[in-house]
Amino acid sequence: MSLTGFEVEIQREVDGGLSTEDMTLSMGPQHPSTHGVLRFVVRADGEVMKEAIPDIGYLHRSIEKIAEKVGWHGFMPYTDRVDYVAAMFCNQGWAMAGERLAGIEVPKRSEYCRVIAAEFNRIQSHLLSVGSMAMDIGAYTPFTHALREREYINDLIEELCGARLTFNYMRIGGVAWDIPPGWREKALAYVERFEPLIDEYNALISYNKIYTERLGNVAVITAQEAIEYNLVGPNLRGSGVRYDVRRDEPYSVYPELDFDIPVGTGEMGTVGDCFDRYIVRMREMKESCKILRQCLQGLPPGPVIAKVARNFKPPAGDCYVRVESARGDMGWYVVSDGTAFPHRCKIRTGSFAAMSIIQKVSRNLMIADLIAVIASFDLVAPEIDR
Amino acid sequence: MQELVDRLVADGLVPGGIPLWACYLAAMLLFGGIVVFVFILPIAGITTWVERRVAGRIQSRIGPNRTGPAGFLQWLADGIKSVLKEDIVPSAADVPLFKLAPYVVITGFVAAFVVVPFGGPLIIADLNVGILYLTAVTALVVVGILMAGWASNNKWSLLGGIRSAAQIVSYEIPAGLSFLPVVMLAGTLSMQGIIRHQGWAPWTWHVFDNPFTFLAFFIFFVSALAEGNRTPFDLPEAESELVMGFATEYSGLRNLLFFMAEWGNLYIIGAVVTTLFLGGWQIPLALAEHPVPRTVLQFALFFAKAYFWVFVAVWLRWTLPRIRVDQMMVMCWKYLVPLAFVNLMGTAVWMVLFPAGLGGVRVLLCLCAAGLLGVFARRVVFHIRRARLTRQDLSFNPLSTARVIG
Repeated sequence: MSLTGFEVEIQREVDGGLSTEDMTLSMGPQHPSTHGVLRFVVRADGEVMKEAIPDIGYLHRSIEKIAEKVGWHGFMPYTDRVDYVAAMFCNQGWAMAGERLAGIEVPKRSEYCRVIAAEFNRIQSHLLSVGSMAMDIGAYTPFTHALREREYINDLIEELCGARLTFNYMRIGGVAWDIPPGWREKALAYVERFEPLIDEYNALISYNKIYTERLGNVAVITAQEAIEYNLVGPNLRGSGVRYDVRRDEPYSVYPELDFDIPVGTGEMGTVGDCFDRYIVRMREMKESCKILRQCLQGLPPGPVIAKVARNFKPPAGDCYVRVESARGDMGWYVVSDGTAFPHRCKIRTGSFAAMSIIQKVSRNLMIADLIAVIASFDLVAPEIDR
Repeated sequence: MQELVDRLVADGLVPGGIPLWACYLAAMLLFGGIVVFVFILPIAGITTWVERRVAGRIQSRIGPNRTGPAGFLQWLADGIKSVLKEDIVPSAADVPLFKLAPYVVITGFVAAFVVVPFGGPLIIADLNVGILYLTAVTALVVVGILMAGWASNNKWSLLGGIRSAAQIVSYEIPAGLSFLPVVMLAGTLSMQGIIRHQGWAPWTWHVFDNPFTFLAFFIFFVSALAEGNRTPFDLPEAESELVMGFATEYSGLRNLLFFMAEWGNLYIIGAVVTTLFLGGWQIPLALAEHPVPRTVLQFALFFAKAYFWVFVAVWLRWTLPRIRVDQMMVMCWKYLVPLAFVNLMGTAVWMVLFPAGLGGVRVLLCLCAAGLLGVFARRVVFHIRRARLTRQDLSFNPLSTARVIG
């Protein structure tokens, strides 16, 4: 069976004269619920999977290599494409790497702008994640409700930076544009409106009996396993590990802000099941609302970008910057050799780590469960391959 | 049917000289034709339109609104589109089986309409094995789906076909066991006979006859949904899991036939539930004496009752997630089947103890159902009102309505 790209051996079990054969299913790259071009080679015995082997590389665009060719400022639009669902965090990671290498002091107002944009982006990304999760489980209605709210955030961000998906908002040294007049009030009004909707959303789907039965106790990942497999973000916190870069390795203005870090509690089964990973995202949206309200109300005056040379040449050296993306700890390792082009850039993303544990947790699950597992990890295909 | 023809002959509306049997035959053929071409085919299409409009309301969007008033002709446009599309047969498919499968499914579905009543005299054939015949021909759908799943030579289709076979065969047992109490009460299998055993008043309906039939009604509706592949039991074509299940490889007209059968099945579910449990077409006799207006009224009432259950099925589909295969089986064999057996025995015992039935219990169950509906309606209204309050402005747009807060 070399059509799969993997040498999957066909097992023949002779049992009382009847020989049975495992079914090899190629799920993806075109499949309704792999969210982009993911592929799994599934070895199934009827409905029960024996193994699901992830196959990655369908969306590899050499983004890290491009960084070496386009220069420091020029790479910013490319970072949007690392994770198009949560592009602000990629912007922020790259900007922070440049700032740390060159030792640039970023103006306070621009830090606030960054946090506001990033938290809006987090809500946006989580809405898509929980919405498409419900859709994968078979409930279509929550998805449209989630996307309706996401549209408003798109509108807000469009007014902020002119783009709805690939923002290119941040710059090394600050942000590209100041908050437009009247935007702060609109954003606050939106936060006021959105926060009660999270409860409505919970009433709509989260505690639905069928939904919790489908997600509870499925693909349990213990805290130990989660750490061993390097899970990050909501996937890690779903397993009960209270780790968040915003709090444990603070950057930007997060130390000044008051917010909680929700973790999975196993309320519908075991700690670390699909439901925990899901509900952590719902709760994080509430925390993001809290952060947004604080930032929007305490927005300091001042410039939004530091003076950075157009021909930016940070001194030789390397740095590793962590950002808490919507998909968790996003690491940027950047090496500078003192020229106008980075010597090397390596991006460490949450989806890639989550992809590695799928083979382990998918053993002996049903095929329908694999869909729930993929959705619960909130995988974004371009972030896996870059 | 005979009664209506007799009355028409007596009124002199039929020209003389035609033998009576020819009149009966002509009436039957005419009615059968009308049912197939004027009723079944459009009803499946219109149900898709209803489903999409209702889904639009539920999902806070609009739904089809371009073709005809409120998008009413959308089903026709979709139908024409499907007919004109290329009919692709995969080269690796088992061609004869692949081509045959949709027709088997549609045959099972159309044949079921033979015993579905539409009004007092309106039924294509009031077979004396009515409900049994209905169960038998709808089981033909499994054969078609399994055929489609196998012949497509696609693993997703095969999984869909297997799921469908397991599901429909399993759920036929609780469905069958829960119409048996009704058959016992009515003493007949004929659809019209079952309706005639009930009256127009809710407390004379079978569903309220005793606590066991009350429960049987719910079991039957759930099982019927499962047999009709509706959410939360739409596993055979679970889009997010099996792409489109058994219909993955089908296109054009053949695909249309599958889906016509699915949406038409919804009406059959509603009609059967109405017939068995909810008094069918029974209207107060005093309302209309002449058979023609009476038949029209009966048809209207029956259609309204049946379509209400279509609406409920649509509503469920856009509210609930899908259950898993093992959960579906557990639900059927561990809960529904034993409960259905209890119902069967319970009804038998009840009939021995109270041969004439208990009027008090009937009224009590009626009140129970009314109470349930009331509580439910109150909850729905409460949620709608709360949603309005929290939102204040449903057309909120941060770009157009900037409101300063605090």
